Amino acid sequence: MNGANDIAIDVKGLTKSFGGREVVHDLSMQVKRGSIYGFLGPNGSGKTTTIRILCGLLTPDSGEGTCLGYDILRDAEKIKRKVGYMTQRFSLYQDLSVRENLEFVARLYGLDDARGAARDMIKRLGLSGREEQLAGELSGGWKQRLALGACTLPNPELLLLDEPTAGVDPKARRDFWNEIHALAAGGLTVLVSTHYMDEAERCHEIAYIAYGHLLTHGTVDEVIAKSALVTYTVTGELNGLAAQLAGKPGIDMVAPFGTSLHVSGRDIAALEASIAPWREKGELHWQKSAPSLEDVFIELMGRSKDNFQ
Amino acid sequence: MSTVQTTGPAREIRDRFGFWRRSYAMMAKEFIQLRRDRVSFAMIIAIPVMQLLLFGYAINTTPHHLPSAVLLQEDSDLARSILKALENTAYFRFVYEVHDVDEFDNLLKSGKVLFGVEIPRGFERAVRRGDKPALLVAADATDPVAASSALGSLGMIVQTALAHDLYIGDPPAMPFEIRAHARYNPAAESRLNIVPGLVGTILTMTMLIFTALSVTREIERGTMESLLSMPIKPVEVMIGKIVPYILVGFVQAFLIVNIGVFLFGVPVLGNLFLLAGLSTLFIAANLAIGYTFSTIAQNQLQAIQMSFMFFLPSILLSGFMFPFAGMPAWAQYIGECLPLTHYIRIVRAIMLKGATMPNLRFDTLALAILMLVAMTIAVTRFRRTLD
Repeated sequence: MNGANDIAIDVKGLTKSFGGREVVHDLSMQVKRGSIYGFLGPNGSGKTTTIRILCGLLTPDSGEGTCLGYDILRDAEKIKRKVGYMTQRFSLYQDLSVRENLEFVARLYGLDDARGAARDMIKRLGLSGREEQLAGELSGGWKQRLALGACTLPNPELLLLDEPTAGVDPKARRDFWNEIHALAAGGLTVLVSTHYMDEAERCHEIAYIAYGHLLTHGTVDEVIAKSALVTYTVTGELNGLAAQLAGKPGIDMVAPFGTSLHVSGRDIAALEASIAPWREKGELHWQKSAPSLEDVFIELMGRSKDNFQ
Repeated sequence: MSTVQTTGPAREIRDRFGFWRRSYAMMAKEFIQLRRDRVSFAMIIAIPVMQLLLFGYAINTTPHHLPSAVLLQEDSDLARSILKALENTAYFRFVYEVHDVDEFDNLLKSGKVLFGVEIPRGFERAVRRGDKPALLVAADATDPVAASSALGSLGMIVQTALAHDLYIGDPPAMPFEIRAHARYNPAAESRLNIVPGLVGTILTMTMLIFTALSVTREIERGTMESLLSMPIKPVEVMIGKIVPYILVGFVQAFLIVNIGVFLFGVPVLGNLFLLAGLSTLFIAANLAIGYTFSTIAQNQLQAIQMSFMFFLPSILLSGFMFPFAGMPAWAQYIGECLPLTHYIRIVRAIMLKGATMPNLRFDTLALAILMLVAMTIAVTRFRRTLD
């Protein structure tokens, strides 16, 4: 395979505004074929908009690029045939049954044996026995499985999943991710947006986007390393400590994690100077640790908020 | 920098006047929502204004200047003065002068004229001889309202016609007789007029609503996003959404016509297949218009409101409730743009007059054009993206 064919998504300088508000700013990204690419960022950061641009549902104001080798501006129709898009909100027909929904999708994509394809998918999803149930009556987890089934039905080369596991229980989430990995192992490229850190760690590569800006990308380890963040984990009598530490020089972020507190900063000297008065106190236990992905993201988000808002 | 959120000072909860406070909260919310909903707001103004203007200016239940034809088999001074007298009543306006009976009948059948006056050969001489010949006035009585006042005015014609004439000395008391013939509906039964009109009115109402909701429903339920990400073209969406309802409309039309025939005794003089074919065209035109609304409306409520704004003039200006020929020119132009106007002419002509395709060419063409215009707008308006 030559170089260009290894890349499923290759876009440069995407910008999109709604009513004068810039939602995506100068966004460039590359996604390798067969990889699972995690798209992270707070609500309203432009994740959904970017995904919609990639599958031709929105036209970017500027920027260019290719999706599966097709130009995102000119070949939207061709891209649609090879991309499965799972929307954030359940968007199959609630008043059609499981089987009818799948047959509808199969026919729209022009599959030879729409009934057969739907039947096979029902089996694969473990929905046998529920095929005549209305999609609207399924539980959250089953709806999500059905939606994934519908967008993988036409054998796409690229899956765009917009917060697919929002509101789904942990067991169903785990099953879902196993399925995603199985699909990627079969050569499918997956771009998935999420809020969950544990899901981010299941991706081959991640990108973090906030306020329309792509702030960092790479593997999880790379992203953590690039952040140059130092984190101290404090345990013990934490009464009011968070409020006292916040805003001190060198302390970029204070975040409670259960019974402990994460105190992070990029300027290690300033950070240590600021926490020094509390380190002597016997009732607190301080431990220097690598920041978690969540620390990195919350810090990035806090920083980008200052820069872009 | 992450900060700790604190709540403001605790507000006291007052239980006094709880009923009024909660009712007020609800009212304030409703007003805010009403103010945001521009279309509803416009409807509050537009509907009464539209109704008043249409009823006040366009509708006339004793219509004047009705299009008429004369079958002139004798060109005499007496004939001319009779026509003049007819026009002087202000009820008749002669727009066709024909010399052939078939042509005369076709004008009435196709609805191009509402009246036809036949002046027979040798009329003047017969009058002078004192033979009391008959002057035939044929009226299209499919709309009894339009025809009745004009027919009622005929009695005075004889005298006024003769006052201008070249009689030397006193004219005889009754030199000729006027024989009025209410064609197609001789007993002036209004149900013969209403039932065919109702076929069109009911179809307009139901067909518009069916498709007006179709696209907005997909948008509101969120299914449009999926649909747009799949390889389907706007024309394909439109065809898929219109065709099933053509069948529904057809069943509905079949039902109404049957009830009309078997319960109300309305005849079907013309060809049923022609009626079925043109009804299909009319149904498709309405579905296309409803579909166009649904590509413009932001939500289902707006789509219903738009359909209503279209339905109201359809009822008032199509000739369903009030005589079309009695309306001023501007209202007639609006009426010509409504599919119901053309379909009502078609369905009355086929059922009551036994009209055939050549009589209905104009209205058929008009329906086809209106449908194509609506479809073109719908396909160009249909958004392929969520932009």
